[in-house]
Amino acid sequence: MAAIEIRLPVARKPVVQSLAQGSDKHLVAPGDTITTDTGYMRGHGTYMGDEKLVASVAGAVERVNKLICVKALKTRYNGEVGDIVVGRVTEVQQKRWKVETNARLDSVLLLSSMNLPGGELRRRSAEDELAMRDYLHEGDLISAEVQAVFSDGAVSLHTRSLKYGKLGQGVLVQVSPSLVKRQKTHFHDLPCGASVILGNNGFIWIYPTPEQKDEEAGGFVTNLKPVSLHDREVISRLRNCILALVAQKLMLYDTSIVYCYEASLPHQIKDLLKPEVMQEIVLETRQRLLELEG
Amino acid sequence: MASVVLSEAEKVYIVHGIQEDLRVDGRGCEDYRCIEVETDVVSNTSGSARVKLGHTDILVGVKAEMGTPKLENPNEGYLEFFVDCSANATPEFEGRGGEELATEIVNTLYRIFSNESTIDVKSLCINPREHCWVLYVDVLLLECGGNLFDAISIAVKAALFNTRIPKVRVLEDEEGSKEIELSDDPFDCIRLNVDNVPCIITLSKIGCRHVVDATLQEEACSLASLLLSVTSRGTLTCMKKLGNGSLDPESIFEMMEVR
Repeated sequence: MAAIEIRLPVARKPVVQSLAQGSDKHLVAPGDTITTDTGYMRGHGTYMGDEKLVASVAGAVERVNKLICVKALKTRYNGEVGDIVVGRVTEVQQKRWKVETNARLDSVLLLSSMNLPGGELRRRSAEDELAMRDYLHEGDLISAEVQAVFSDGAVSLHTRSLKYGKLGQGVLVQVSPSLVKRQKTHFHDLPCGASVILGNNGFIWIYPTPEQKDEEAGGFVTNLKPVSLHDREVISRLRNCILALVAQKLMLYDTSIVYCYEASLPHQIKDLLKPEVMQEIVLETRQRLLELEG
Repeated sequence: MASVVLSEAEKVYIVHGIQEDLRVDGRGCEDYRCIEVETDVVSNTSGSARVKLGHTDILVGVKAEMGTPKLENPNEGYLEFFVDCSANATPEFEGRGGEELATEIVNTLYRIFSNESTIDVKSLCINPREHCWVLYVDVLLLECGGNLFDAISIAVKAALFNTRIPKVRVLEDEEGSKEIELSDDPFDCIRLNVDNVPCIITLSKIGCRHVVDATLQEEACSLASLLLSVTSRGTLTCMKKLGNGSLDPESIFEMMEVR
């Protein structure tokens, strides 16, 4: 019978203040005055009230010349053209799929934005419409890129490249979109033996690295073969590391994930779920990242 | 019950992992997530507890009130359960959506506590046939993250442990009418003995193996689950099967040997 550890109550320690230099960010809460100078243009997250600029969300103030905006710390995903997202199909409609991407509105994946099997280039016909459900039905996960943003904020996706498409076996981790650092590439093959897709919308997909890199059929064929135990351990460990980084509010990018993974190796995978172990490995990761910068 | 939609490949991944005793978060089939139990959280109740099990958050409050004993058990007090599935937990619980789940939980709680040895209801009696203590146990589901029943049973046990029932004295008048006097000291109270209050263990069958403390994703992959309520002495007070799948008797015996 598995024994359960019992610990006496201990006050929760607050998240350790970031020791990074140069981060004199002006943090505001909703209702805080940003500036009384009327020469500035107001951007997202602000409004004009009583001759002064007031913040409407909780976050850090960003200033570009004369434009002031407040970037919220915890928010739904706001789409930008060119972002990589991981989403789950919620509806199959006439010529499109509705994809849930942790945004205010469901994103749209048009049939014409999807590659046909075999890479054919032709106009989509009525048979393609009827075969839509064979390819993506409710609950499927896809990786896609944002093609356009509609005026109401809804995002239009496309999978017009072989590296996007339906996702196979793996683990999905949902985090806040503001914790995913914007980088040149979001598809990473980590040295520990698994691959990760860091979606800009906060959905992170961890999956076993496929052996054949050239056989990317755009996800039309899902591999349902059992994944080896070693790969599973790597994936579970990565998942717990990512959750630890999120709990301590560290930005997620490939270097931080790799450092966190290496810091977690001495512990057992299931011990990584304990709060003290999480704090310990994230502290070590933070120190290594600071050494890297300075 | 609140559920998530998963793709086929994700379900296959979870099921294969469980066959090899490695779940998605690295736990084995018989490991629980971190449980946080806090008592005395609600000030205007006789006892309360809050339990956090992963993403599942349950708040239980116990109020002790004076009432008349039930006709079939005139020398005993009794417990009344009420479950509220808050719409904060999932949007499915909005309005009357959570009532089905709430009635299921309430019926299970009544069945568990139907055994006499669980709680000493005779101590809740003040005057036979006239006055007794009624404990109203209110359960509030704040967040649904899988494994509701286990968390609820832990929370109920903690709240009952935390309950303070004021001491009363019965005074007899000359005419024979009885008066009940509450002691003035707020700390003068009796505590309940919760050693024999059972805890629920839910075993979910996924593939050929069974897991303890399933998350929402694992519940979506499981066909059926067995709910057992056990006391610390090892006596089984209730057994219930949930889900649409079928469990053959051998797997049931296998599951019972886990605890």
